[in-house]
Amino acid sequence: MDEQLKSELRRQGVVATSLQELYNWGRKSSLWPLNFGLACCAIEMIATTMARYDLARFGAEVFRPSPRQADLMIVAGTVTKKMAPQVVRLYNQMPEPKYVISMGACAISGGPFKQGYNVLKGIDRYIPVDVYIPGCPPRPEALIDAFLMLQKKIDEQYLTGPTRPRHLNADMPSEFIVPEFGEHDLVPTQNRDVWQVPLVNISNAGKNESGSD
Amino acid sequence: MNLEAIKSEIEANVPGCRLEIIPNTSPSAQHSLLVDSAHAFTVASFLRDGASVRLDYCSNVTGIDWPLKEISTKTKVKKLVDGVEKDVDEIVKTQTGGYLEAVYHLYSMEQRQGPVILRMRTEDRTDRVHLPSLTPLWRSADFQEREAFDLFGIIFDGHPDLRRLLMWEGFVDHPMRRDYVDPDDYEYEPTAHDEVLKRAKEHQAAEGGL
Amino acid sequence: MSVLTESTIALSSGPVTDPGASQLLEVSMGPQHPSTHGVFRMDVSLDGEQVVKLKPVFGYLHRNHEKIAENESYLGCMPYTDRLDYICSITNNWAYALAVETLAGIKVPERAEYLRVITGELTRLQNHASLVGFLMQDMGASGTPLMYAFREREKILDLFEALTGARMMCNYMRFGGCRVDAPAGWLQQAQKVIDAFPKFLDEFESLLRTNEILMARTQGVGRVSKELAINAGLTGPMARASGVNYDLRKVDSYGIYDRFSFRVPLGEFGDVYDRYMIRLLEMRESLEILKQAMREIPAGPIMDPGTKIRGFRPKAGEAYGRIEAPKGELGFYLISDGTGNPYRFRVRPPSLINLTVLEDMCLGRNVADIVIILGSVDIVLGEVDR
Repeated sequence: MDEQLKSELRRQGVVATSLQELYNWGRKSSLWPLNFGLACCAIEMIATTMARYDLARFGAEVFRPSPRQADLMIVAGTVTKKMAPQVVRLYNQMPEPKYVISMGACAISGGPFKQGYNVLKGIDRYIPVDVYIPGCPPRPEALIDAFLMLQKKIDEQYLTGPTRPRHLNADMPSEFIVPEFGEHDLVPTQNRDVWQVPLVNISNAGKNESGSD
Repeated sequence: MNLEAIKSEIEANVPGCRLEIIPNTSPSAQHSLLVDSAHAFTVASFLRDGASVRLDYCSNVTGIDWPLKEISTKTKVKKLVDGVEKDVDEIVKTQTGGYLEAVYHLYSMEQRQGPVILRMRTEDRTDRVHLPSLTPLWRSADFQEREAFDLFGIIFDGHPDLRRLLMWEGFVDHPMRRDYVDPDDYEYEPTAHDEVLKRAKEHQAAEGGL
Repeated sequence: MSVLTESTIALSSGPVTDPGASQLLEVSMGPQHPSTHGVFRMDVSLDGEQVVKLKPVFGYLHRNHEKIAENESYLGCMPYTDRLDYICSITNNWAYALAVETLAGIKVPERAEYLRVITGELTRLQNHASLVGFLMQDMGASGTPLMYAFREREKILDLFEALTGARMMCNYMRFGGCRVDAPAGWLQQAQKVIDAFPKFLDEFESLLRTNEILMARTQGVGRVSKELAINAGLTGPMARASGVNYDLRKVDSYGIYDRFSFRVPLGEFGDVYDRYMIRLLEMRESLEILKQAMREIPAGPIMDPGTKIRGFRPKAGEAYGRIEAPKGELGFYLISDGTGNPYRFRVRPPSLINLTVLEDMCLGRNVADIVIILGSVDIVLGEVDR
C-alpha cells in the first residue's frame, strides 16, 4: 500500500494496515518471557521487571514459569555443562514462534568463567540466539534495549518469501539436539547445524606476540 | 589452648595415634595437626567431645591435591678430588607430595575457640585414596566430603551417602586435581596465543585443519 | 461430539497410606522452577502431599571458581569473588581480602575499615530486604512485598554504583584497604538512605507482622533444633533463629566490629517465622552499626602503602579467613606456595552448608512448605555450586 495514502487515511481517522504489520505488531507487543534465571544476570532481569525499570511498559512483564506458555527465553547467566541439556530441552518445549536473548558475557561465550571445565562456552552452540547483550551483568537498561532490538527485529520480518521466519518455514527445525552427559564432556559438544567453530588462522596467529607476555 | 597442648591431650587420651604438627610459616601462624587415618575418627571424636576442647563446630572441609614433586637442592660439599679437597656441587633430590589431603577447620562454639586444623593424608593418588569420613561426627562435613570426593577423588569410608556432588553421575574425572586435562571444547579467540593457540592447533589438526 | 471412552490409564488403587508401599510419587523440583532461587534441584518423594524423602541435587551452576583461581593472580581472584554470592558482592570481597590479609599479615588503615563496615552493612540490608521479599513471593504474596524490597535495594545499589562504578559486581575491596575513596557527598547520600530505611522496615512490618496467612504458613514450619544447628554447621541467621548465639562480628570481632554496640537477635523455635523475624531484626541492628560508623568515620588513607597489589606474592603458607556474611560464615581458605597464584583457593560457602538440614526440615511437611522452607534458608546458587 502506498505509504502516503496510508498516512493520509490515518489523518482522516481510518487505519489501514497489512496482515504482515498486524501480525508482527501482535507478536512483538506481547512477548512473554520464560521465568528462568541461571545466575547473576537473573537478578538484574528481576530488577528490570520491578517498579523502577518496569518492563511492563514494553508488553513483556508476564513471566511464565512454564515453557509451554512462553515465547521468549532470556538465557540470563552462566550455562554450565550440567545445565545445558535442560536449557535446550526447555527451548524445545516452547511453542513457535520463539526467540532467545543471550544475556550477559557468560551466556554469550562463557565470559569470565570461560576456562572452567564445567562451563559451556556460549549457549549459541546448541540453540539459535536472536539478540546478544554484553555485560557482566548487563544493566537493566541494556536488557530493555535488547527487548527493543528484538521488537524491531520482529517488526521487520516478512511473512512470505525466502527470508520468512523459521516458524513459517516448514523445512526449518523447531527442535534441536539435546546434548547428553558423557564421561568427560557433553556429547555432542556443539550442534553443528547451529554453530560452527570459527577457525582462527593459526599460521599467522601468535607471531606478533613472540617475546611478549 | 594452643596446638601443642591439644596434641599432648590427644596423645594422652587416644593411645597409639600418630600426630604431627605441620608448622605454618606465614604470618597467619595457623598451624595444623596431621593425624594418621587409622586413628583419625577416634581423635576427631575426642576433639568433639573432650571437655577441654569441645570442638563442636566443623566449619570447613576440603581436599588438596599434592602431586609427586621432585625438588633438587644444590649443596656445596667438600670432597677429595684427585687428592685435593674441593668444593663440589652435589644435587640432593627429595620427593614431596604424592598424596591427597583432607583438611578440616574445627571451632568451638561453646568455648569460642579455633580454628584447630586437622589434616589427613591418603597413601597415594591412585588406588589407596581412602580416608575415614567424619560426617558421623559433624553433619556439616556431609556435602563438603562429597565435594572432595567429586572433585579430588578422595573416598571417605563411612560416609552415609558418598555420591558426586557437583558434576554429573557418569563423569569419570576428578577435575580439581592438578593434572586434570580439560576436554577439547576449543574456544575461538581472534588473537589466540600461548595455551589457546596451542589448543587451537591441536583442535584444527584433529578436525582436518584449514 | 465424540463419545468419551474409558481411560486406558490404570488408576491407582486408593490413596497411598502404607509407608512400605512402593507407590510414592517422585517429583523433581528444578533445576528450572520459579521458586528454587536459581538452578537448584530437589528430588522429592511424596506420599500424597507429604514429603518422605528429599535429596538436593547441586552443580547446575558449578562455575569452577576454585579451579580458575589456581591460574589467576591474587588480585585477579577478586572480581571472581563478586560472582559467588552475587547479591552481596561486597561482603565476598571482604572475606577474600581478609583471608589474604591473614595470609600475608597486612594491616588495613582506619578509614578503609570504616568504609568496609559501611558498605558491608549496606550489603546486609539489601540482602535481607530482598530475601524477605522473595520469601513473601514464595508464600504467594506475588508482587507487592518484593516490589517494596527492590525499591529499597535500588537505593542502596545506587550508592554502590556511585562508589564503585557497578551496581552488582562491585569489586570494591583490595587486600590492604579499599579500591577507591568515597566521592564527595557520598557519605551524606548514604546517610539519607540510612535515615529513610527504618520507614521501609516499619511499613514492611505493618504490612505483614500480623498477617494471618504469614503466621499460618511459617510458624512451626521447618524447625531446626539448636543441637542440630550446631552439628550441621549452620551459620548466620539460620543458626541464630535456632538460638545459637554465634555471630562472627562478636566472636572474631574482625575488622573494627568491637567498636560498635549492637545486639544479636536470637530465635527461640528455629522455624521459618523465626528466620524471617531474625532478618527483620538484624536489619535494625545493621542500621545501628551504620549510624555509629557514619558518625565516627575518620579521614585518612584507604590503602596500606606497604602492600604491593600487582604482582603480589605472599610467603608460602596457608590461612583461613572468615567473616559474617549476610548468609552466614563465609570463609576463604588459601594456600600459597610462594608464587603469584594461590596453590589452593577454597570457598567455604554458607549457603551450601546451610542446606545440609534441608531434608530434616522438610520431612513430614506438605509439598507446598518445601518452597518456603527453602526460601527461608536464603541461598544463592552462585555460592552453593561455585
